Amino acid sequence: MFEYTIFLCVILFFFIFQLFSTHEKMSRKTAVLQQCCPRANFISVEHLRFLQALITWKSVISLLRPLLLDVVPTIQQTAALALGRLAYFNDDLAEAVVKEDILPQLVCSLSEQNRFYKKAAAFVLRAVGKHSPQLAQAIVECGALEALVICLEDFDPGVKEGAAWALGYIARHNSELSQAVVDAGAVPLLVLCIQEPEIALKRIAASTLSDISKHSPELAQTVVDAGAIAYLAQMILNPDAKLKCQVLSALSQIAKHSVDLAELVVEAEIFPVVLTCMKDSDEYVKKNGATLIREIAKHSPELSQFIVNAGGVAAVIDCIGSCKGTVRLPGIMMLGYVAAHSENLSMAVIVSKGIPPLCTCLLEEHEDHIKAAAAWALGQIGRHTPEHARAVAETNVLGTLLSMYMDIRSSEDLQLKAKRALKNILQKCTYLPALEPLLHDAPPNIMKHIVGQFSKVLPHDSKARRLFVTSGGLKKVQEIKAEPGSLLQEYINTINNCYPEEVVRYYSPGYSEMLLERVENYQPVL
Amino acid sequence: MAALVRLETRLSRLREEYFLKNRSVDEDRKIVYKAAVKIQSWFRGCRVRAYLRYLNKMAISIQKWWRGYQSRRYFRKMIKTAYFIMKMNFYNEMAVRIQKRWRGYYVRKYTHNYYALKKYLEAISLNNEIVRNELQEYAEMNEKKKKKKDLEKKEKEKKYKARKMHYLLSTEQIAGIYNSPFRKFPDPMELLLRQSKPLSHRQQQPKSPFTYDLYDWPTCKRPPAFPTGEPLPPIGRQKPQGPFRDAAEVLRQRYKPLEPTLRVAASISSPLEKAREEMKREEWRKCIHDNEFLPFSSYHKNEKYELSIHASEKIGKETYGIKHFREVQPNKWIAGKIYLLHHCSSSFSLLIYILFEIHLFRGTVEVEFLYFLKMNCPTR
Repeated sequence: MFEYTIFLCVILFFFIFQLFSTHEKMSRKTAVLQQCCPRANFISVEHLRFLQALITWKSVISLLRPLLLDVVPTIQQTAALALGRLAYFNDDLAEAVVKEDILPQLVCSLSEQNRFYKKAAAFVLRAVGKHSPQLAQAIVECGALEALVICLEDFDPGVKEGAAWALGYIARHNSELSQAVVDAGAVPLLVLCIQEPEIALKRIAASTLSDISKHSPELAQTVVDAGAIAYLAQMILNPDAKLKCQVLSALSQIAKHSVDLAELVVEAEIFPVVLTCMKDSDEYVKKNGATLIREIAKHSPELSQFIVNAGGVAAVIDCIGSCKGTVRLPGIMMLGYVAAHSENLSMAVIVSKGIPPLCTCLLEEHEDHIKAAAAWALGQIGRHTPEHARAVAETNVLGTLLSMYMDIRSSEDLQLKAKRALKNILQKCTYLPALEPLLHDAPPNIMKHIVGQFSKVLPHDSKARRLFVTSGGLKKVQEIKAEPGSLLQEYINTINNCYPEEVVRYYSPGYSEMLLERVENYQPVL
Repeated sequence: MAALVRLETRLSRLREEYFLKNRSVDEDRKIVYKAAVKIQSWFRGCRVRAYLRYLNKMAISIQKWWRGYQSRRYFRKMIKTAYFIMKMNFYNEMAVRIQKRWRGYYVRKYTHNYYALKKYLEAISLNNEIVRNELQEYAEMNEKKKKKKDLEKKEKEKKYKARKMHYLLSTEQIAGIYNSPFRKFPDPMELLLRQSKPLSHRQQQPKSPFTYDLYDWPTCKRPPAFPTGEPLPPIGRQKPQGPFRDAAEVLRQRYKPLEPTLRVAASISSPLEKAREEMKREEWRKCIHDNEFLPFSSYHKNEKYELSIHASEKIGKETYGIKHFREVQPNKWIAGKIYLLHHCSSSFSLLIYILFEIHLFRGTVEVEFLYFLKMNCPTR
């Protein structure tokens, strides 16, 4: 009879949490909806209050604790699941789970009980470990890693999945925790898990490997040593989008550390295959694919060259053109990295029609960091030779960059990047028609470079001299107030020396007044 | 004295004279001195000036020669350097000319091959074009697959719906809702209904509590059903594939009576031999031990008798189990002789006792046997 009551009690708990999680989902939805249409109101005030009360009621956990030791396995499992839900919901409750000393108990029973209990226990560990490094550390100190690693060898894919997931949540916080996971011997088993037929298990194992290898080159090397790359590379063509996403992320986390690791990733023959991800319908696959290419391209000119030869640049450019928002960011950065390596690679980016999409990014995007990345990439493309600078300048992007630099609303980073890009391009640019509009509203520190370019080109080009006068450039130059002796003044003098003195005087400000004065002072000859 | 007097008279004159004389000398002395000084200064001046003039002249002549020498030397050096510079400029110019040619040649030949670069860039753009096309194709293929899948799903749903709503089919007498008599043609749904089979009553499938528990557990959005008892997995009996021979033929072949050839059917050995063989085998089978029975006692003469474990105790023969079966306390005995007959109530125990006595007498103890009997003995 007593058992029955407990049973009912647990069921009750369970339904409360059920309600709880649906409410959580609902509240998220409503938050979004309320932004869109403020009148929409899905949750009544009472419900919210009830939830609040439940969250603050931490003694729930101490009530659940004896249930974990119950005779009836179902009650144990349910209690564990309830604990997991609570811990998953917020970090206070997770801390409460740690403080109640429930974890050692869970860890002990993790190796003894049946698969349902194992799943539930792994879920609790995951829910606790997800919130902060301290909580994850607490789990590690309980000796949970060994138990979880043993669970990775279980027959049931669900148990494996839960264990892998918990390990991933522990490893993602910092390199020490990650190292602890590696020391527990999880990596070879995770690599085995990738080879299982279950998609969900593959997904989780790939994400855990990604979490482990993201911290340091050594950790990535251990993952590589376990032979993960070959299996990961095979799964790029998997039709499941989420799995693809995790696999790409794992590969990019491995490749990001050093040239050697990147080369190992490339040697797994990912190259023509990974480009298909750029055309995927899923946004995150695109993003992670671009990230992988970026992480490989950033290391050395040779790798960049390899990517260019494989047609990776074209694919990335198409990807940038076809999507919006943060998905573009890795692609933009990849173009910047490739172009930064050498002038030939930069030329290859230009030839692959990489500049127009970057310009549209600069114009269309709303977030400053993407704009900053685009500005940086353009600067890297245009900084090599006048040819490159011309290719960039012809798209009229310099004006946009300048306005971004001048705009007070843009972030500091964007301003800095825009300024550097402008400087890089201007120092090489000899395409005067693009420079002339900038003469009107450039600040002195940019003006220096613009006028400098004019002073370098005009002495050698008569047509340009003529054009410079007719388009009003000379007049503009005369209006610039430069400090005598400064570099700017020197450039202006060089320009002035290209023209006859009266022309220069004609275009100087206040020339008409001077003429009128002369008229006044003139003594008529009678 | 006169002289003295004369002298005295002359004294005043003399004194006068002396005074005057000294006075005139004193008066002139200054003038003379000044004149002498003037003369001397003039002379000395002349002499020093002449000396200085001489020195000057000498210095100038020294300086003249020295400066002349030095500037000539400097000039020569200047000319040398100017010449050197001119030469160097010339050489530099020539070197630049050579270097220019060489560097241009070298760079064009080895490092920056314009045509190669152009070709490379063209190749890249071509390659890009190819990659783009391929990716486009891939994307289109994916799109098509997805569309096809969606279409199939929709079709399936539609069919299911038609089966579910089969009762709306029109009969001969009454037109269904999709078959309006005011229309020329029936609704497409009607045609679909005609084609489809009505949905039979769905049989309730016993839901396994684990199936969905397994699938949606990671999110833990649903409560796990409480497992009541694990059902057995379905036996994987699948319909065998492939073209097979027809069943009757197979069965006929399987149950065909055995028709051995004469050679196989008949035995090689004769019936007599066979019987002997059989007898031998029988004998061999019945044999209890491998030791052959040898009748002559001389054969056993050298054999030593081996005591059993109980009998061969080092400390001494244990009498328990051999001579007696319970504790023996001779001091309590009334008579000096073992007489246990009154202990045995039944004839069976008597028999054992007798057996025991006989064995003792014979000196051969078969302890195991006795034990066995003792254990099975119904009495004390």
